[in-house]
Amino acid sequence: MTDLLQVRGISKRFGGLQAVADVSFNLGEGEILGLIGPNGAGKTTLFNLVNGVFKSDAGTITFLGKDITGRSPDQVVHLGLARTHQIVRPLSGMSVLENVIVGACFGRENQSMREARATALEVLERVGLADRANSSARALTLAGKKRLEVARALAARPMLLLLDEVLAGLNPTEIGQMIALILSIRDGGVSVFMIEHVMQAIMNLSDRIVVLNLGRKIAEAPPAEVVKNADVVEAYLGFPDIVDKLRGAQ
Amino acid sequence: MSGILASMIDGLLIGSVYGLAAMGLSLIWGVMDVINLTHGAMIALGMFGMYLLFGASAANPYLLLIPVIAAGLVLGMIVYWLSVSWVIDRPQLMSLLSTFAVNMMVIGIGTAIWSTSPYNVNFSLPGITVGAYTFTGNHIAAAISAVVIALLLELFLYRTRAGKAIRAVADNRDAAELMGISSTQVLMVAFAIGIALAAASGALVSTLFPFTILSGASYQLKSFVVTVLAGLGKPFGALVAGVLLGLLEGAVSPFIAVSWIPLIEFGLFVVVLILFPRGIFGRATA
Amino acid sequence: MMLRRPLFWLILLLAAVFAWLPKHGNNVALREDLILVAVAIILTSNLNLMIGYTGYVNFGHIVFYGLGGYVGLYLMTVRSWHLIPAALTAGVAVSVLALLFGLGILRLRGAYFALATIGVLEAVQAFVSNFESWGRSTGMYVSFESYVPMGGPKHALWLTYFLIIGVMALSLMLSLGIRRSKFGLGLFAIREDEDAAIVLGVNATLYKAIIYSVSAFLPAVAGALMFFKNGMIDPSIAFEYMLSLEGIVMLMLGGQGTVAGSALGAGLYERLRSYLLTSPRLSAFHLVIAGALLLLVIRLAPGGLIGWLYRLVPRSREVIE
Repeated sequence: MTDLLQVRGISKRFGGLQAVADVSFNLGEGEILGLIGPNGAGKTTLFNLVNGVFKSDAGTITFLGKDITGRSPDQVVHLGLARTHQIVRPLSGMSVLENVIVGACFGRENQSMREARATALEVLERVGLADRANSSARALTLAGKKRLEVARALAARPMLLLLDEVLAGLNPTEIGQMIALILSIRDGGVSVFMIEHVMQAIMNLSDRIVVLNLGRKIAEAPPAEVVKNADVVEAYLGFPDIVDKLRGAQ
Repeated sequence: MSGILASMIDGLLIGSVYGLAAMGLSLIWGVMDVINLTHGAMIALGMFGMYLLFGASAANPYLLLIPVIAAGLVLGMIVYWLSVSWVIDRPQLMSLLSTFAVNMMVIGIGTAIWSTSPYNVNFSLPGITVGAYTFTGNHIAAAISAVVIALLLELFLYRTRAGKAIRAVADNRDAAELMGISSTQVLMVAFAIGIALAAASGALVSTLFPFTILSGASYQLKSFVVTVLAGLGKPFGALVAGVLLGLLEGAVSPFIAVSWIPLIEFGLFVVVLILFPRGIFGRATA
Repeated sequence: MMLRRPLFWLILLLAAVFAWLPKHGNNVALREDLILVAVAIILTSNLNLMIGYTGYVNFGHIVFYGLGGYVGLYLMTVRSWHLIPAALTAGVAVSVLALLFGLGILRLRGAYFALATIGVLEAVQAFVSNFESWGRSTGMYVSFESYVPMGGPKHALWLTYFLIIGVMALSLMLSLGIRRSKFGLGLFAIREDEDAAIVLGVNATLYKAIIYSVSAFLPAVAGALMFFKNGMIDPSIAFEYMLSLEGIVMLMLGGQGTVAGSALGAGLYERLRSYLLTSPRLSAFHLVIAGALLLLVIRLAPGGLIGWLYRLVPRSREVIE
C-alpha cells in the first residue's frame, strides 16, 4: 500500500503551550486512519497543521509525494486534500447547492460553474441532501450542516478527506447514516483521516488509529492493539499505572 | 536646549492628550469589541463644549473639564442607545457602519450650527522658559490634566466595584454574567466613559489650537494609531503610546511639512496592524 | 447566458434612455442632472463589488475617482493627450496602484481594512496636496486648447456625457457579469466566511486584491472624464470624503450585493441630494439626513430596498439581480 500522506516531526507551539510535539505518522492509500486522544490532546491542531491553516514549527508533511509543508489551505485543496470543521462553518447566506458548488469550483479539478453544478448535485444526492439543495444553508439542522461540510469537501474531489468530529452531536440514527457515508467514501477511492470521540464508531471504522496525548503521539496501531495499549488507557483515565492497578485488583 | 529636543518635549506634552483620546477608543473597543467611529465627532463636541462653557462662564477651563466630562457621559449613553446597543452581538462591521452613521449626523448638525470656520478658546497660562525655548503653559496644563484623568480612570477601573465589573465584562462577558454582573448596564457605562474621555481630550485640545467641527477627524486617526500600538484593554498603555506618538511627531515636525504627518501616521497604523495584529504591547485585537 | 438575464436588457435600456433623453431635446440642464446620477451609479456599483460581493467595506472609495481625475488631467493638460486615451490610461494606472496598495492593506480583515481605507484616502490627499507636478493645493486647470480636438467645448461636453453613460453601462454590466461567475462565487464565499472559503480552496488574498483593483478601474476612468468636463481639479474637490460616505449610503439604501440595488440607491439618493442642496433650509442638513438614512437602513432593512423587495416577492430574486 502506497503512502498518501507522510508526516514527519511536526510541532506547534502557541505562546507557552506546546500543542503538538514532534508527531510523525503515515497514511496509506485507501485507508481510514483514526485520530483519537483526550480533550486538549492537539488533534484539531494536528489537522490544522496538515491542511495548512497553521504553519508547523518544524518537520515536513508530504502528500502524494509532494512536500506541502507551509502551503496555504487553498493550495492544499488543489492538490487533493480536503477537510471538514469540528464546529460547522456553512456559508450561511448561500444555499446548500451553492455551498457545494464552491467546493467543486475551487477543489482539485478547478471546475467551471457548469461542471461544478453537476458535481454538486451528484454529491448532494450521495450525502442525502438533494432535497434541500435550494434551502438556505442557515436553515439546516446540525446533522444537515455536518453532511453539508462533508458534501463540500467531497465536491472538491479529494484524494484524502480530513473529517473533524463529524459524528459529534448526532443521534444514533444520524450516526449510522454518517458511518455508512464514510464507508462509501472510502469505497469510492478517497482515503480518510478522521478525528472522533465516538469510540465505538472509530474503532469499527478505522483500519489503524493514531493516539495523541498532550501533543505527542503515544500509539499508532490497528484498533485491537490500541485498546490494549497501556499508555492509551492511562491517557484517557488519567491515572498513572492504572492498568497495573486494575490488573492487580483482579 | 536644541530645537528638536524642545519640539519633542512639546510633542510629549501634547501626546498625553492623544493618549487620553485613545483611552476612550481603546476602552470601548476592548470592552465590547465595537469600533467607535463617532470618536472623532465626540472629540470635536468636546472642543465646542469647552468653547461654549468658557464663553458663558469665563471660568478656568481646567475646572470646566468636569462639566464637559459629565456631559460626555450623558452623550455617551445617548449614542449607545442610538447606534450601539443593538449591534453588540452582531458582526463588527455593523457597529462600524452604525457608529459611522451617527458620526455623519453629528458632523452634519455641527456644521449646520458652527459651519467650518475656526474657533478657539482664548485662555493662556504663562509658560515655562528654558533657555531659548518657551513651553506654552496651556500645553503643560493639558498634559497634567490628561495624566490626572488617566489616573482617575485607572483608580476607577481597579479600585471600584463598577470598574471591576467593566474589566470582568471585557475579559469574558458570559462568565461575568454568570457572576451576576448585568453586562448590558456595564457596556453602556463603559461606552459612556469612552465618550466622556474623548470629549475631555477634545476640551483640552480646544485650549491648545484653533479648531473646527472637522478637527476631530485627525485626532481620531491618531487615536487609532495609538490604540493599535498599545493593544486593546490597557488604558494606561494607551496613554504611554499617545505620549510616544506625540514624541515622534515632535521629532519629525521640524523637518516635514505638517500635511505629511497624517500620511506617516496612517502608514504607521497599517504597518503596525500588519506586523503586530495583537498590538505592540497588548492583548489580541478582534 | 448574459442575454437571458432581464437585467442585461434593463441596463441597456437605462443607458439608451440616458443617452437619448437630453440629446433629443438638446436639454443641457437635464444632461447635467443625469450625468450626476450616472456618476453616482458608477461609484456605487463599483463600491458594491467590495462591500456587497466581498464583504469588505471601503470607506475611501472616492480616492479612485479623484486619482483618476488627476492622472487624466495631467495627461491631457501637461502631456496634451486626447481625452479617451488619457481616461483609459488613468483607469489602468489607478487600478495598478490599487493592486499594489491592496496587496498591503487587504491582509487586514474586516473592520481594520475599513479603517485603513480611510487612511488611504487621507494619505493620497496629503500626497497630492504636496505634489509639485500636479499643482499641489491649487490643482490643475483645463485650458481651452484641450477642447479643440473634440470640436470645441460644446461638442466636448456632449462627448464626455456619452462616454460617462458608456462607463455607467459598463459598470453595471461588470457587476452583473461577476455576480454569476466563478470569480463572483469565490467573492461571496469570502464574504460569508473568509477562513472557510480559504479551506475550500479560494485564494482569498488574490481574489481580494483583484476585486479591489477592478473596483478602481471604472471610477478612475469616470474621474478623468468628469474632471475634464468640469475643467479643473484640486485636492479638496477630488477627494471629497463626503462623496465616499454618500456612496455607502446609496449602496445600503438600494440594497448592497445587488446590481439593481446599486443603481436604484444611487438614483434615488442623487435626486434626494439635489433637492436638499437646492433647498435653502435643508442644505446644511444634507449630511445629517444621509447619516440618519444610513442608520435607519441598517436598523430596519439591512438589505436595502431591493432586499425588502426580495422578502416581499421571493421570486424577484432570480429576475432583479
